[in-house]
Amino acid sequence: MATLHLINKSPGSSDALTACLRVMAEGDAIVLIEDGVYAALAGGDTAERLRGVASALEADVAARGLQSRLGNGIEQVDDNDFVELCTRCDRVMSWF
Amino acid sequence: MKFAIVVRAGPLASEGSRSALRFARAVLASGHSLERVFFHGEGTYNASSLTVAPQDEDDLTEAWAELGRQQQLDLVICVASALKRGVLDEREAERYDKAGANMRPEFVISGLGQLADAALSVDRLVTFGG
Repeated sequence: MATLHLINKSPGSSDALTACLRVMAEGDAIVLIEDGVYAALAGGDTAERLRGVASALEADVAARGLQSRLGNGIEQVDDNDFVELCTRCDRVMSWF
Repeated sequence: MKFAIVVRAGPLASEGSRSALRFARAVLASGHSLERVFFHGEGTYNASSLTVAPQDEDDLTEAWAELGRQQQLDLVICVASALKRGVLDEREAERYDKAGANMRPEFVISGLGQLADAALSVDRLVTFGG
């Protein structure tokens, strides 16, 4: 029963990602949207923890000019991929 | 698969409304059904017909209305959220003796029951804004 978690705030401005990581279960996934994509920055405090677990919304990454700056193992997804991820998990949870 | 979307952000203060609109388009483009979009809190500002977008900015209220018209979407705004923000349909304007109504015709005013109903009847409920 996997959950897809949505994070829309940067780790510097919100505890949402920390709280999410604390309760995430095996098989869950994260999509970083809006300012949430800053959590994927290579060399940041959170990128390593997100490797293989999180993906970042392509348009929001591009809007911030971070296309080439994401950590390893954090995939960029487009809007249709995002929808597809929602269908693959059992539920979607937004953290604010 | 059946989707519903909750929009908690207005058209201006954050990216939530734009993110929700993009997601709504992608849901429809992927062949899924979008059963309802529920606008709550600041999200009810998306239904105002009185916003005037600058020429160099996207008009999100019009974009939601256009998508609603094209796809025959059920765009619901929360009555308690809308009234205190001054987003009124004809009926509420008359009921509270206000000078005019400003809700776009593509939307309907209803209560949180519509959100609960969507949560129970769709496969995925996705919340934006906040």
